[in-house]
Amino acid sequence: MTLIIFYITSAVAIFATVMMITRLNAVHGLLYLILSLLSVGVIFFLLGAHFAAVLEVIIYAGAIMVLFVFVIMMLNQGQATIDEERAWLEPGIWIGPSLLASILFAEMMAVIMLGGSAATGLVVNSKQVGAALYGPYLLAVELASMLLLAGLVGAYHLGKPMLKKTKSGTKS
Amino acid sequence: MIELLGWVPLFPFLGFLILVFAGERLSKPIIPWVGAGSVGISALLTALIGAEFLRGTMEPYRMFSGYWMALDDMSVPFGFYLDALSMTMLFVVSGVGFLIHVYSAGFMESDPGYARFFAYMNLFVSAMLVLVLADNLVLLYLGWEGVGLGSYLLIGFWYEDPDNGHAARKAFVMTRIGDTSMALGLFLLFTHLHTFDIQFLMIRAGNEWTPGTWLPVVSAALLLGGALGKSAQLPLQTWLPDAMAGPTPVSALIHAATMVTAGVYLIARTHDLFLLAPSVQFAVGIIGAITLLIAGFSALAQTDIKRILAYSTISQIGYMFLALGVGAWSAAIFHLLTHAFFKALLFLAAGAVIFCFHHEHNIFKMGGLRKPMPLTFWSFMIGCAALSALPFTSGFYSKHEILLAAFEVSPVLWAAGCLGALITGIYSFRLVFVVFFGTQSQSVEKGIGWRMAAPLVLLGILALFGGLLQIPMDSVFPGSANTDTDHAFNLVSALTIAAPFAGLLIAVLFYLSGTFSAQRLANYGWARLVRQFFLSGCGFDAIYANLLVRPFVSIAKLNKNDVVDLLYLGIAWLSREFHRIARTSQTGRVRWYASSMALGAVFILAIGLLS
Amino acid sequence: MNEIPMELGLLLSVVLFVLGLIGVLVRRNLIMILMSLEVMLNATGLAFIVAGSRWGQADGQIMFLLILTLAAAEVGVGLGLALQIFHRFHTLDADSVSEMKG
Repeated sequence: MTLIIFYITSAVAIFATVMMITRLNAVHGLLYLILSLLSVGVIFFLLGAHFAAVLEVIIYAGAIMVLFVFVIMMLNQGQATIDEERAWLEPGIWIGPSLLASILFAEMMAVIMLGGSAATGLVVNSKQVGAALYGPYLLAVELASMLLLAGLVGAYHLGKPMLKKTKSGTKS
Repeated sequence: MIELLGWVPLFPFLGFLILVFAGERLSKPIIPWVGAGSVGISALLTALIGAEFLRGTMEPYRMFSGYWMALDDMSVPFGFYLDALSMTMLFVVSGVGFLIHVYSAGFMESDPGYARFFAYMNLFVSAMLVLVLADNLVLLYLGWEGVGLGSYLLIGFWYEDPDNGHAARKAFVMTRIGDTSMALGLFLLFTHLHTFDIQFLMIRAGNEWTPGTWLPVVSAALLLGGALGKSAQLPLQTWLPDAMAGPTPVSALIHAATMVTAGVYLIARTHDLFLLAPSVQFAVGIIGAITLLIAGFSALAQTDIKRILAYSTISQIGYMFLALGVGAWSAAIFHLLTHAFFKALLFLAAGAVIFCFHHEHNIFKMGGLRKPMPLTFWSFMIGCAALSALPFTSGFYSKHEILLAAFEVSPVLWAAGCLGALITGIYSFRLVFVVFFGTQSQSVEKGIGWRMAAPLVLLGILALFGGLLQIPMDSVFPGSANTDTDHAFNLVSALTIAAPFAGLLIAVLFYLSGTFSAQRLANYGWARLVRQFFLSGCGFDAIYANLLVRPFVSIAKLNKNDVVDLLYLGIAWLSREFHRIARTSQTGRVRWYASSMALGAVFILAIGLLS
Repeated sequence: MNEIPMELGLLLSVVLFVLGLIGVLVRRNLIMILMSLEVMLNATGLAFIVAGSRWGQADGQIMFLLILTLAAAEVGVGLGLALQIFHRFHTLDADSVSEMKG
């Protein structure tokens, strides 16, 4: 039963991802990306990582994607962008990267298959995760907070000069 | 009084400092008072010290005034050493130096570089006094280089003319060759005898080294190299005639009376070392003899009044070297003393001629100057008489002594000296007859003031009677006492006295009475060739140019693109090429970088799988 | 009860990763490139979760958490950069922004 659900969800995830990378319109691509993330969240649940599944849905599919939505709203120029994308995505451009990616895929598959098989599905609940997070991984948590702070400052800094530029532009 | 010895070199140095830092702001009448005055005080001090020294026992006096450098086992003090030898040099340097300074005050008055001139002169006198008073070789070397610097600055005093700068550089570089040799000798002496103090050095050398072994020979030869450069002896003599580019008082002070005799002083000061190296000492005599002949012949053909005197200076220093070579130390120093008087007199008189005669140097454009310039004429006469060692002038006593001492060692050297004396007679009276007799071609421009006349008179007296001034050197050169004894009036002595008279006679026949004529002689081709050969100073400049300068220049031209540098240029080229290749991967496109990373991942995984 | 073979889970993560890579390499729109990057990061997270589930250890989920943090920071900065580039160059074409060419 679980295996069947896994297969279906995997198919959905792969399909959604393929659709996402081929979309001309960024909003469409974003919707397919959310679909892909949600299906991966289901797979987390199936694997017994309930806490991770919840985070995937709330943070990834929720918070981060909202950022994309905002930015796409700011930058979308409608039909012009789509025409531009169409010009960029001619069939020939797919060949090189696909070849490279398929070699990589083959290699990684070989690595996985050589490793032999084993079953998964041991449940790790959020209590265990929390205990490990504030136990041996305390330093990693601190580092992650530093990273977030740096990302915050960086994002603020990158967004700020737009306002400043217009100000100094009138001055000089 | 003798305790004030340290002030003797200090006063000219103070004068130098004042003139350097305030020279441009001083009013013109004050400058000679500072410049000549500082040397005058030194001369006065020297006279007082000398009086006390000569009246006393003439025991060497040592003065210590602090250390210059004091290291582990090496110490160089500011120590002065006064004995009969340095006393003599002190008289020459400060006395003659003072007279020339007074003369300069008149000679250089209209020159825009008045203060600069006196600053250089004071620096020179100060360095020269340090040189003669130094009790150790390093301090002596300081003075040695100091006078070299002063000489360089003063030869190139009129630096607007590139030729003068060239002459100054030539003098500097050629003496530097000798100086390098001397420095090496100094290091060698210190390495083996562990002291720089000249007196200790001589005592230790005498105790530790056996005569004729390589150590004394090499160190004496190296010191001799320094002396040859400074005293313009063969083979480093070619700079001195060109050094006449400087103002005439400079030629009188530096290139006749004092600096060029420093080599003689050095050898006399270290004579114990030369006694340990008989071969080197003999070489000194040989070099002196050859130099005096070559320079004498060269002087015969010159037409420039100062160049004649320059060659005669080389020739006279050749006599001093001859004397040193035969061990007549005191005779050499005696000749140094008298030479300083009469050669300074000659140069100053020549300067007076040049000064009054439109700055003309060519003697054949002068003539008949006897009437308008009687004082100069008589100065010249006295100077030339002393130079050619006519009896009862100062030069006679000293040169006679040298030649008799030479005869005792080697008749060949004596013969060379006598031939030299004959030539000296010819060229010095040729000079007198051509310049002061005959018909006057141009009018005299201006007269000389008292500041130029007084030194001429004083030096004239000294040149005449300086032969009576001989300071007894027995305390310095113990072995040389016998050379001072009177010789019987024999054939050798007679010939020695007769030689300059023969020269005088030849000069009379050629240039005064007109019985023979140099012009007629010049009609023969060989005579012209000989004349050209002598005019060029026996072709030494050409030899050096062909042997050293041209090959060097051609090598430099070959290496114009710097062969050695090619290696480094190659490295630079290689890294630039690598950079050019590596740069092509830097496209600035994010997707290109991402594919490179993916490719790298593929590659690394492939390695992992295949191994 | 509900065993999923580990290699299948890993295989899914590899497939998603490679698809994301293709997206990064093919797309020229900066927003799409960032979205493809999210797919790649998510695939990596999936691989960690599969491993954690295989051993019953919390470490896999913790790594996923860290990847999540990284993705959040990356998206913040990346989108800020995209905005900047759009303002400067008036395009989102990644290839046209090649000022750093050597």
